[in-house]
Amino acid sequence: MAKNKKKNISFEPQDKPVKHGWVWTLGFGILAVLFVMPILVVVWNSFKEKSAINLTPFQLPTKATFVGLENYVRGTSQINFVAAFENTLMITVLSVILIVVCTSMCGWYIARVNSKGANFIYALFAFSMVIPFQMVMYTLSNVAQNLHLTSPLGIVIIYLGFGAGLATFMFVGFAKSIPIEIEEAAMIDGCGACGIFFRIVLPIMKPTYITVAILESMWIWNDFLLPFLVLDSDYRTIPIAIQYLKGGYGTVDWGAMMAVIVLSIIPIIIFYVICQKYIISGVVAGAVKG
Amino acid sequence: MFVLPTVAAFFIGFIVPFIWGVYLSFNKFTVVNNLHFVGFKNYVTMFKEGDFGHSLWYTALFTVVSVITINVLAFLIALALCKKFHGTRLFRTIFFMPNLIGGIVLGYIWQIILNGVLVHWKVTLTTNEWYGFWGLIILMNWQQIGYMMIIYIAGIMSVPQDLIESAMIDGAGSWERLKSVIIPILRPSITICTFLTLTNGFKLFDQNLALTAGNPGKKSEMLALNIYNTFYGRVGYQGVGQAKAVIFTILVAIIAFAQLHFTRSGEEQM
Repeated sequence: MAKNKKKNISFEPQDKPVKHGWVWTLGFGILAVLFVMPILVVVWNSFKEKSAINLTPFQLPTKATFVGLENYVRGTSQINFVAAFENTLMITVLSVILIVVCTSMCGWYIARVNSKGANFIYALFAFSMVIPFQMVMYTLSNVAQNLHLTSPLGIVIIYLGFGAGLATFMFVGFAKSIPIEIEEAAMIDGCGACGIFFRIVLPIMKPTYITVAILESMWIWNDFLLPFLVLDSDYRTIPIAIQYLKGGYGTVDWGAMMAVIVLSIIPIIIFYVICQKYIISGVVAGAVKG
Repeated sequence: MFVLPTVAAFFIGFIVPFIWGVYLSFNKFTVVNNLHFVGFKNYVTMFKEGDFGHSLWYTALFTVVSVITINVLAFLIALALCKKFHGTRLFRTIFFMPNLIGGIVLGYIWQIILNGVLVHWKVTLTTNEWYGFWGLIILMNWQQIGYMMIIYIAGIMSVPQDLIESAMIDGAGSWERLKSVIIPILRPSITICTFLTLTNGFKLFDQNLALTAGNPGKKSEMLALNIYNTFYGRVGYQGVGQAKAVIFTILVAIIAFAQLHFTRSGEEQM
């Protein structure tokens, strides 16, 4: 397949169907099956006895190794998966809502007020986007402890702070492209700043809201190190819970691991299938702006 | 009123930890209220011990290889999926999907798969650092090809059709069309994808932790994991860890700004 593709590299006008279309479909079909194979392997291993997983993952479950839902029961109870799921969902939803609400107002303000202070803060936001988390991880977890922000509600504030850079940057970029005349007209009609923002700017920026919300939720849902360091140890998110399946001496209960991985992927796939259109356009818009 | 919540949280979540972090890198400490100012000693210690240097070039090598493989493969797939044949939409959907899975989960998925393959040669991912290296390359390709493919497809779709047609009339073959028409127009997409893969590679942590955890020894430890282990694995080395983090930050910032500069000067030429 790979060789074949290299030879045929070309760029035909898009409205003409390609010659031998079925060959392409077949080739990519095989490639796509290979691509989803890792997930399928995990799915069938989640039904196998744990001793039969580690070294022979490619064998389908047989009568001897099939254990039904045993791994699921053990895995979910071992790390309290339900609680981890609730925590992750709550943190992600609340953080994303707070981020889009606060940073959209902030971004619009920065775009409209052309003061030195606003430009300076904008530069700081842009700067924060490139800084790796390791730079602030130790001090950030100390700050969070001192301010008692170590609960799932408190961490939302931390996410707003650390995620503000990218989100504000994107909102500023979009707000600058809105013609200012619309807002001036509203002002003449007696609309206050709040009115202008909520009645005029917010509806126009709807696509940016979706983009930012998707990029931020992809990050927060899967984030491991920040919640691991900031949250009290009683609270776990899904990535933290999965990491806990690895025992102190590096031993892994692969049965429980496979089951929990399947459970953690299912909501992502459901979300993807429902919001696919928005996710893909959000990624493109985010890449162009970022 | 509009800016206050964001700016306040930004101070808590970024500005204060950042400045404090820079300051701490010049101190020796185990808890933050008992500091001993040591000047640049932490910076010297970090380079005296070999592990930081090793993880630095291991990370750099990983980043170079992953940037090339991800972008070349994503570009080829994007080109192919812009043709008209049955199933292109479905294929795009499938190739993008791994991107939504988190790094920790990805690490364990590929640990079981790759060890299952390697067992035929009686080795594992942690036999030496190169199995882990190529394992991570495969993992990152699987995760990121779809994302970059989407960006390339959006770029290719925006190429004006009449430009391609006129190139065909001028007798340009498919390779020439690709080289002289498509790729120059796609420059912004190429820059974005290179930037994303570059910083993703350099800052990689979760996948590294879950796939090999730096084993064997510390040989497959990338920079981010090395810093983490210095902080939380060794008592009394927090200052050194913070100093490493400062160097790491400077490196990432240099890469980012060099890339930005390169992009801007490139766009001015066009």
